[in-house]
Amino acid sequence: MIAALLLLPLCGGLAAFCLPSDRFRPLLLPVCGLGHLVLTFFVIQGGQVASLPLAGNWIGVDPFSRLILLIVSLLFCGCSVYALGYLRYRIAWGNRIFVSCLLLFLSAMSLAAVARHLGLLWVAVEATTVASAPLIYYNRNRLSIEATWKYLILCSVGIALAMLGILFVAYASLAGGAHVSLQFDDILHGAANYSKPWLRAGFVFLLVGFGTKAGFAPLHTWKPDAYGEAPGLVGALLAGGLTSVAFLALLRTLQIMDAAGDGAMAREAFLAMGLVSLAFAAVFVIRQPDFKRLLAYSSVEHMGILAIGVAVGGVATFGAMLHLMNNALTKGVLFLSAGNIHRRFASKRVGEVQGALTLVPVSASLFLLGFLAITGSPPFGPFISEFTILRGIFTGGHYLTGGLFLFFLAVIFIGMGSTVLSVVFGKPLERKGDTNYRETIMTTGTPLIMLLIILLLGLYLPESGRKLFADAAALLEVKP
Amino acid sequence: MDNYNPANLLLLLVILFNFFLLGSSRLNACIRTVAIQGGILSLLPLFIHGFSGHSLFLAGGAFLLKGLAIPFLLLRAIRQVHIRREMEPLIGYVPTLLLGTLATAGAFIFSDRLPLIEAHRGSLFIPVGLATLATGFLMLITRRKAITQALGYLIFENGVFIFGMLLAEAMPLMVEAGVLLDLLVAVFVMGIVMHQINREFSSMNTGQLSSLRE
Repeated sequence: MIAALLLLPLCGGLAAFCLPSDRFRPLLLPVCGLGHLVLTFFVIQGGQVASLPLAGNWIGVDPFSRLILLIVSLLFCGCSVYALGYLRYRIAWGNRIFVSCLLLFLSAMSLAAVARHLGLLWVAVEATTVASAPLIYYNRNRLSIEATWKYLILCSVGIALAMLGILFVAYASLAGGAHVSLQFDDILHGAANYSKPWLRAGFVFLLVGFGTKAGFAPLHTWKPDAYGEAPGLVGALLAGGLTSVAFLALLRTLQIMDAAGDGAMAREAFLAMGLVSLAFAAVFVIRQPDFKRLLAYSSVEHMGILAIGVAVGGVATFGAMLHLMNNALTKGVLFLSAGNIHRRFASKRVGEVQGALTLVPVSASLFLLGFLAITGSPPFGPFISEFTILRGIFTGGHYLTGGLFLFFLAVIFIGMGSTVLSVVFGKPLERKGDTNYRETIMTTGTPLIMLLIILLLGLYLPESGRKLFADAAALLEVKP
Repeated sequence: MDNYNPANLLLLLVILFNFFLLGSSRLNACIRTVAIQGGILSLLPLFIHGFSGHSLFLAGGAFLLKGLAIPFLLLRAIRQVHIRREMEPLIGYVPTLLLGTLATAGAFIFSDRLPLIEAHRGSLFIPVGLATLATGFLMLITRRKAITQALGYLIFENGVFIFGMLLAEAMPLMVEAGVLLDLLVAVFVMGIVMHQINREFSSMNTGQLSSLRE
């Protein structure tokens, strides 16, 4: 089952590369996306820790994997339908590389979700970098080259640092006289005996390496460029899928530190990273003239919220797990609708884009509602998860953190609000918005459904869903 | 220490190549040097772990990729774009060489203080690994051409590889292969992007990649 989950998009990607027709090739996306989603449901229904017999115990499914798989699969499935509409509009540009890379990207993200060997996890995360770089370059202009180059170099170097961190963890086991293995269960089992200095050094490198990929400030510099220049649907997959996968790698790191009895130090580092990310986001969101870059800073902010949630622990951990899902789907709504607005106006600068509500009414409403959702307004899902994290902060007695958290969130709400409102409302400028793009159900249906899901998550969390998040949170609550 | 002798000689060569890379402005020579450095590193597993299947595979794979395939891709990239020299580094060659020397000296002093296990005490692997990491970082920071930045990344990866030599038993073959394959594909994609940079900007200076900023 897990093998099928990995091989389906991989074969899809290869098939897409071989298929000659630009018109029919995109159809592979929803086929693989839906198939992946169905398989994901089967895998989630499976036993407690399922593993793949062929690969020893390098691949297996634990509650984190289930959560991340579900997030990635839902998001990709939605984006694949949207891609049909988008690629039909861009038919002249060709899509062989784009479709193949999208599917390989999905395969790499799934592999990262189920990897139970640090080396394999690294390989998968690096594969997401190289598979997604051509996606960012799809618009083929100077700005997108610049964004692609920055993304490629920064993330590759970041990931190389993570590899160094992994080697340090292995050295910690060697120096601690334990069995040298990077298999995840072996590490968790033996971590208590590892040499502390090497383990801590390894943690720092892993935090910086995977943190670059997740986009914590001040390692986030590739984010605004990549999200700003990539097509909307790639932005959605990066902000919702890739960052979640990178965050999963960080959660694994935290698990190791917990097992070694050094969780407190790791959590302090997470808390610091989280607060710095919130502060950076708050500073750059204000008067941001480009609404796609605005979303990138929002992504930095939400990575910060996730880190704080995990760092504080207790009920906030549950909030963070829930927030992973909410953040990914809301980012999907925002990026997909922002992509529609961008195409209609052929610009993404505030001042040139005004009155989107009159020209692209559905996308503009979705963008507005997505903004309300991501900034934590009730009744959407992110409100519940952010509120849960906040409750965790205050019950944990971290009053200063709580105060800063609320302050930054308020600043970001105001900063984002002024940009979003001026994009959505007002009167369109003359001669702007005369592109031939028109909204269709293909490009507005997906974000609408995603919005409905986060609305549902805000109003009612079914028992099976609650269990999914609670199981994942429980992995971080094991106190040695 | 004694049974590491041939390996130690290779590691000292690696350090010499680090200095050459920091001081040279000819891109062609730089790429070839990185290739030789990669080729030398690929011999290390044979010296430390003997002629087992694992080390033969690792040595062969690393030699093919680091010594042949990746340099070939990069040489092709610069042939297409007709550049020979790195003209204006952000920091001059002599200052970077000095910084490189300081970093190497620092690496040797620092690794004396590390809590290493008995077998690795006094071994050259750790200081040379650290020095190579520092060289890669210096290249990444001080050079402006896309190709020299890619070289910096490769040198950095070489540093990680040296460190990984000490821990070969932790990395199963499949993972090792995956790591090398990822590296190859990453350089392949970088080569394509470099080509595009050159086509759009008619130079490969990343200094021109500065429109995206706040």
